[in-house]
Amino acid sequence: MEYLIRFSQSHETFRLPELQALAVLEGIDIEVISYSLDSPFCIIRLLPPSSPSSPSSLSDPTTLARKLIRRSILAMSIHELWGHGPDLASVHTAVQTSTPALWPQYLECSFKFTLDSYQGSRSSDQKIALINSFSYLGFLGPIKMRSPDQEFTLHELWPFNSTPLGIPEPSHLYFTRYLGSSLRDHLPKKLDLKKRRYISTTSMDAELALITANIALAAPGKLFYDPFCGTGSFPIAVAEFGAVALGSDIDGRSIRGDEKKRTLKGNFEQYGLLGRLGGTFTADLTNSPIRKTALGTPGDGVRGRVFDGIVCDPPYGVREGLMVLGVRDPEKTPWVERKGREMYKQADFIPPRKPYGFLAMLDDILQFAAQTLVDNGRVAFWMPTANDEEQEMPVPSHPYLETLSVSTQVFNKWSRRLICYRRIPDKDVDPAAVKAREERKLVGKTADELNPFRKAYFEGFQTPPATGTSTPAPVTETPPPN
Amino acid sequence: MKLLTLNFLTCAVKSCKSSSDSFPLHPKDAELASDDVEVNPELLVNLLPRLDWKALKTTSTELGFPQLPDSPPTVEELQADEKLLRDLHSLLMETNLMEGKLVCGVCGHEYAVREGIPNFLLPSHLV
Repeated sequence: MEYLIRFSQSHETFRLPELQALAVLEGIDIEVISYSLDSPFCIIRLLPPSSPSSPSSLSDPTTLARKLIRRSILAMSIHELWGHGPDLASVHTAVQTSTPALWPQYLECSFKFTLDSYQGSRSSDQKIALINSFSYLGFLGPIKMRSPDQEFTLHELWPFNSTPLGIPEPSHLYFTRYLGSSLRDHLPKKLDLKKRRYISTTSMDAELALITANIALAAPGKLFYDPFCGTGSFPIAVAEFGAVALGSDIDGRSIRGDEKKRTLKGNFEQYGLLGRLGGTFTADLTNSPIRKTALGTPGDGVRGRVFDGIVCDPPYGVREGLMVLGVRDPEKTPWVERKGREMYKQADFIPPRKPYGFLAMLDDILQFAAQTLVDNGRVAFWMPTANDEEQEMPVPSHPYLETLSVSTQVFNKWSRRLICYRRIPDKDVDPAAVKAREERKLVGKTADELNPFRKAYFEGFQTPPATGTSTPAPVTETPPPN
Repeated sequence: MKLLTLNFLTCAVKSCKSSSDSFPLHPKDAELASDDVEVNPELLVNLLPRLDWKALKTTSTELGFPQLPDSPPTVEELQADEKLLRDLHSLLMETNLMEGKLVCGVCGHEYAVREGIPNFLLPSHLV
């Protein structure tokens, strides 16, 4: 049996990574039979479990299909696929050849038929005619529009713009029996930023934070960490999926908020998740207090490591400065350090900070993740890039981390990507890659030198002077980056 | 901050990291608060191998909690022993450090904890 997943037609490049992550999480092996970024319909097959002890061997395929998408944000529903084809006649042929054995069990139950037209529409007369064309199924049960026992759907995929272009027929049709829905309809709404007590300019949208949590495999019994937690969007998302969350930020004010109701903790309280807030602290990733062991230390892949997952949206250095602890130019301003020595024990002392490189920071995140994630733990973070291929920033890599997925959210002139990695068990790490990593170093001093994205952003993402046009293009109307 | 978190935190000063005395940090003038949290055996079982038991025992003694056994239970022992599970849960998940200081055993640096949020930022001469 094949299954149809009805996706939302949004954040397209995040859909398969999320689905594949959920398959890993539920221990279900799937094969994607047909999938396109332009279509909300995806056909999959459930594969027999790879080991007889895996949890999926105990359940029937219908239960597994429901489990697969139960906590998805981008899939809406999953259906048993009875037949599909480029026109209605071929759908009928498929249904009549391969499913008659299934019909008798639905003979007496209540049911309803629905039409799901993507990018197209039908008049109500046409709808009734389409539904009646399935009368050969011979169902005798009562028709119930509200909570019927079974729901059958004819899904139609129409070409783009088909109504104004006057295209008469859809390009593909699927006939299905409904199995189950995802969390799409209520979880992003529940965590909606508009209704959250405490947010800031760079709080991550609830839907994308939840997708990030899914891709990083947040689940009950796990420990997650966000080293750039701000007002707590990611910790909240992972906690919503059952994980215990730790968060830190170099700016303690973002965690404390107004120290009354509008705080990170208050957000957890609002959603009833306080039991899953492990703790928050003010810290800098380059001088992190989290305990870690040197890479290559022998171990069982768990002991000495701390986290199941790390999720974050680091500052891009455009709207929010990219800072770490230290003095920018210790020789020119020796008094800064001197003052620090004298004053640091006072409660109101604010340690000096210096600008830091974006690429260096991404590298620090990967190094930190390699040292603190348990084997097969995941790190997922967001990074910006220019849309222009010539200015595009490469996906950072680390010998201890395998790149699993790169998903892109496109704005006008720039995009941001969600990149997800898996911690490779030590024995599978390539020693040559480890050596190559040790031999290179990153240098730079000013914000622009340190951050190619920031430079390109403020120069309006112009391609280097080849044609000679020099009027700076107005920077995007889309939300400014972090 | 739940006491669980304390088991994962060490002194932020780089030169202290090599010394085993920088971990765990020692609570000073600690004010604790207790929350009601639903017991989550799955989490405790999952975290058990990652906890530094010796450090946990030190923390628990310093804060005046009942003695923990000298060596960590195995996963099976923990699953079978409801009282131990309950005690660990109450220590790690229900007890919060609200105010006070966390002191490094090597350099003596004191990290202030205010409203449950410790501050690990360092002055530039310690970075």
